[in-house]
This record gives sequence, C-alpha cells and structure tokens, in this order.
Amino acid sequence: MSIDVPTTGRALPELQPVRFIGANGQPADTDTAGLTPPSLSTLLGLYRQMVHVRRFEAQVTALTKQGRLATYPSAAGQEATEVGATTALGPTDWLFPTYRDSAALLTRGVPVAEILAAFRGDWHCGFNPYEYHISPAATPLATQTLHATGYAMASKLKRRGECTLTFFGDGASSEGDAHEALNFASVWQTPTVFVLQNNQYAISTPLRAQSNATMFADRAAGYGIPGIRVDGNDVAAVFAAVSAALERARDGEGPTLIECLTYRIESHTNSDDPTRYRDSAEVDHWKQLDPIDRVEKYLRSHGALDDVGNEEILASAEVLAASVRDAMNTDSELDPTEIFAHVYANPRTHLREQQAILEAELAEAGRR
Amino acid sequence: MTVTALTSTEEDPAPTSVTMAKALNRALHDSLAEDENVVVYGEDVGRLGGVFRVTDGLQAEFGTERVWDSPLAESGIVGTAVGMAMAGMRPVVEMQFDAYAYPAFEQIVSQVAKMRNRTKGRVSLPITIRIPCAGDIGGVEHHSDSSEAYWCATPGLTVVTPSNPADAYSMLRESIASDDPVIFMEPKSRYWMKDQLSLPVTTAPMGRAQVVRAGNDVSLLAYGSTVRTALAAAEVGAEHGLSVEVVDLRSLSPFDDATVSASVRKTSRAAVIHEAAQFGGFGAEVAARVTERNFVHLAAPILRITGFDTPYPPPKLEEHYLPTPERVLDAIETWDWEL
Repeated sequence: MSIDVPTTGRALPELQPVRFIGANGQPADTDTAGLTPPSLSTLLGLYRQMVHVRRFEAQVTALTKQGRLATYPSAAGQEATEVGATTALGPTDWLFPTYRDSAALLTRGVPVAEILAAFRGDWHCGFNPYEYHISPAATPLATQTLHATGYAMASKLKRRGECTLTFFGDGASSEGDAHEALNFASVWQTPTVFVLQNNQYAISTPLRAQSNATMFADRAAGYGIPGIRVDGNDVAAVFAAVSAALERARDGEGPTLIECLTYRIESHTNSDDPTRYRDSAEVDHWKQLDPIDRVEKYLRSHGALDDVGNEEILASAEVLAASVRDAMNTDSELDPTEIFAHVYANPRTHLREQQAILEAELAEAGRR
Repeated sequence: MTVTALTSTEEDPAPTSVTMAKALNRALHDSLAEDENVVVYGEDVGRLGGVFRVTDGLQAEFGTERVWDSPLAESGIVGTAVGMAMAGMRPVVEMQFDAYAYPAFEQIVSQVAKMRNRTKGRVSLPITIRIPCAGDIGGVEHHSDSSEAYWCATPGLTVVTPSNPADAYSMLRESIASDDPVIFMEPKSRYWMKDQLSLPVTTAPMGRAQVVRAGNDVSLLAYGSTVRTALAAAEVGAEHGLSVEVVDLRSLSPFDDATVSASVRKTSRAAVIHEAAQFGGFGAEVAARVTERNFVHLAAPILRITGFDTPYPPPKLEEHYLPTPERVLDAIETWDWEL
C-alpha cells in the first residue's frame, strides 16, 4: 500500500511582487507570472471605482469626526486591492469581508446606508447577505476565512460553480483560523481565493512584530496551494491575479493565496492615533506609491482618459459623497424591541417575558 | 450522491435492544437519507465511524461527499460549517470530546450563535454540533468535561442533552431539522445504555422537560448522565419511604420552566444534579429560576448536587467526584423535613 504524497504547489513565489503599472504610471518591467493585465476599458472602470471609493472613505471619515458614526476603519490607500479583487468576482461568487472592507461592499453595489449601518450603531449587519452575495463583515478577524472555505465547499459539493473570496490582513494571518482555513481549503480543494491585504499594520503593531517570514505568500507552499505576491497598489496586478485565481477555482483546481502589498494611509479608526507608532516620512513614502495616481497617469498616457473624462469621474464621486452625507445626516428610526426579534428561529417564552419588560419601560417613557 | 430508499426509515415492527450510540447512529442515517443537504463531518467520523462509533457505516452508505473525515482542527470544523450552512446545507459536526470543543469556542459563541441576530433573521445557521460530554468512562485528562454552562450562557444557542436511547434518536432528528444552531451534548457514559425500542421513534418535543418518575416528596432535576443517577436515588429513597420525582430536563436552553415549576409546586423541594462543577454552573441557573417562580411553594432551599469545584479528576479518582445516588440522598437528608 502506497501513501500519496502531493507533489504540486511547492514552488515559492517570486520575491518581487507582480506589477503591471509602476508608481509613476509607467509600464513595469517586473516578472508578471504569466498573468494577463486588464484591458484599457476595464482599467478605466477600475480607476473610476477607485476614485469613488477614495471619496467615499474621506467623506465617511469626516462624518465620523463630526459624530455621525460611532467609529470607522478607512481603507484609504488600499483602493487598488479592494476594488481590483472585488471587481474580478462574478455575480454569483461570494465575498467574505472584514470590517475594513466597506470599499469592497460599495464596489459590489451595497447601498451606502446599508454598508454604514454597523458603524453608525444601528445594527450589526445592515444588508441582506443573499442579495449581494456578501457575508456580514467579520470583526473577530480571520473567522471569515473559514466561512469562505465552508461556503465554497458547499458550492463544490452541490456543483453550483460559485467561488468565494475572503479578505484578511497581515494581523489576521497570525490567527489560528487563517491557518485552519488555508489548510481545509487545500485539503478539500475548495474554490476559494484568499486575499491577504498586507497593509503593514494591525492597529499599531507593525509587520515586523507580526511575522518573521520573508513574505506571507510563501505560506501557500506549506499548504500545497499556489501563492503569489502582487503589488497591492497596482489595480491591474490585483485584478489579474484574482481573475486568474478565480479561473483556477472555477476549473476545480482549488484555492489560491494572494498577498497584496499595500499600506493603510489612515489611522486604524477615528479613535486611533498613528503618530504614536509611525512617522510621517513613512506615510509620505507610501503616498508616493499611490494606487490611484498611477492608474490615472497610465490611462492618460495611453489615451484612455482626458481632462473631460476625468472631470466627469470626479463629479460623479462628489454625487456619491453627497449621497453619503444625506444618508448619514438622516436620523435612523430604531425599534428597541427588535433586539429580541431575530435571536432564534424558534421563539422563546423567556425572551417574550423580557421583551414585555422593555415594552413597559418604553411605554412609561412615552416612547410607545 | 447516494439516495437511500425510504424503506430504511419505515417503522420497525418489533422493539429491539438499542444502545444510545446506535440510536444516534440511526438518527444521523435517517437525516442523511431524508435530506440531501445534511452532511456529517469531523475527526475520524468516516471509515472509522467515530471514536465512539456513532457514525459507524455512514460513509460506506452515503459516500465521502456526505460523510467525511476533516482535518484535526475544531475551529475549522465549526467555522466551515458556518459557511456551509450559509450556502443552504445542514452540517452535523462532531467535536471528538467535550474539551476538544474549546478551540471552536470563538466560532460557536461569536459566529454560530449570533449570525441570525446579526443579519436580522436573514441568515439562519441550521448547524448541529455534537459534543460527547461528561465523564464516568475512565477517560484521561481533558476527556470528561461538562461544558454546558458555557454554551447555555450564550444567547442564540439551543442546548439539549438526551438521557436515553429513544430521546437520543428523536432529539437528534429534531436538532438537525431545526433552523436554530444546536449544541447536542451526548453523555458518553450512557452511549452503551440499552433500551427496548423501535426506531424511528418520536418522543416529546426537545424543548420540553419530562417527568420520568412521579413522586410527591422531592423533585430531582437532572439531565444527561445524571438522570440515571437520580432514578437510582429514587429507587433507594423509595425503600426508605421517600417518594422521589425525577425530572429529565432534556433541554437546558431553552429551559422548560412550566414543567419544572409544576413538579416543584407539587413536591415543595428540589435538588438539581449535574456532573459539572458547582460554582457558576448550570445548577445555579436552575436554582435561581425555580426560586424566582416558586418561592412561596418551597419548603426548603434548592440544593445543587454536583461535581466538586475542582478540575475533573484522574480516572482512578473520578468515582469520588461524580454525584452518586448516595450523595444525592445524603444531601436530601440535610433538609429540615419538619418545616
């Protein structure tokens, strides 16, 4: 009796991240791992969405400082990864995001008020997951990577052709669930794409305190799956890598780990103070590697974008920002007794008793 | 995908001797046969049939796409079940031993229990998490824990535990069919307990407690493994002229206040029995609920007859830790019966 030893997936990724567009908008000359870059028209759409996302993040951050939201984790600076990965998904595919992935939710068409319900304190998840094929944003980090693996397993067993994509970060990569998800996905050969957004910080904890490995993408080899490292500030590279991974997944070739090198320009949330743990020179360095500027330059130099076209994109981003202000400046109407409504599918007597206590309190306060 | 003929779930004509393990096995079998969205996975549940053989023969009959061995990682097992349930499956997962469920604590408490509420009822997670629990099997360290208090303290979870083969079958079928996630606690020491019965069998709804022995002097409130302990205490008590009522709680969350209160109002005295340690244990909840609802009917304080507030002892000492019928009767004697 022989014991099967897997022989695939042992090659380590290249140290140099895959990049199509350099920081100044010039075509990059790095190895692109056989990936196909998106067309100019696709790239224009990605640019448009990135501009929208950045305006959205800025507007929500401003509203949070004004007290309209309880807290907000911005993904400013990570637009290429958020938009590039999410746009590559097919309509029936599922996204398993974290709390820092509002940009991905926006990209997938979730209405602003539903995205921000959690951060303004209205309800934990403001959208219907089945409507947008997005799971509730995970706050306990890395838990969602297992959900993505499980969903993909069901899709595989039922031959439904749906793939899953999960975002997680350099911090979450230290959680046991991230390891378990990569291993389960490999053993079960599920159609799952793991997008590790290496944004250099877990709140204040820097990368060097998180991992001593050369890179996260290397880990893929240990799980027997392909791993690739891309410039997470190059939307073309992210889109191409995720598209290829989804194609593999759809062809029954299992999961892929994609490490996207990027940077969290903003603080962790509005309650964080990044001046305590990083200096402005570092932030300025990453601002030179901005994911949006480079696409704009690339598109202009290839004749796919001019001033008129760009003005239209910026103007439409302002329309989005206005809709964010409108949504957040409208007071939400909440029914306090709803906290009892959804706990169980099968109603419970003692919850009805407790609800009666709250209803009496509300009536006494003249709120009923 | 294998579809089993429905003849296998038809009523068997004559009662036969059935162990709890076999009843559970049959429940899994019948749920797999009835609903193609049911899948069974966990550590060693495939070819081996589980370390307690509860999944014996299921992989052979239903194939590796319905019943399979997972990697050894309990958070992974439960976390993937969350995703599968979101996709419309009804996963039934096994935690090999009680204490080995702890790595899955976060997934159970923060994800399984809360998903329905978080999504305003849009995402239900019909997951059954089977946990072989409690001691009295000579198990080495970490193989005899009673973890029910952790699960019961978590809104969103349903926590049930059968004490006999018929309930084991019926309650597991009901758990798998439930749209709420269920922690299904199987008292290991009762796996080999036999009853004469015909399968399939439908017993009382799993949310209900059951009076399994009627009496007038005292209500013993027990669940899982301690129901047999309580019944044995009742037998000895009867020899001494004590009329003991035994209530099998069956469901810990939700708790059947009505049945328990009716029993306590009849007898005026109650003791709750469990293997788990006393401090912060489930018995405290029982005592509090029963007192709040029945104080004027009580002739004595409610007793908790439980394991000691120590880690579970090594196998050669567990007989000194577990509540025995003698300890139950000794505790009852401490009441002032003249009141």
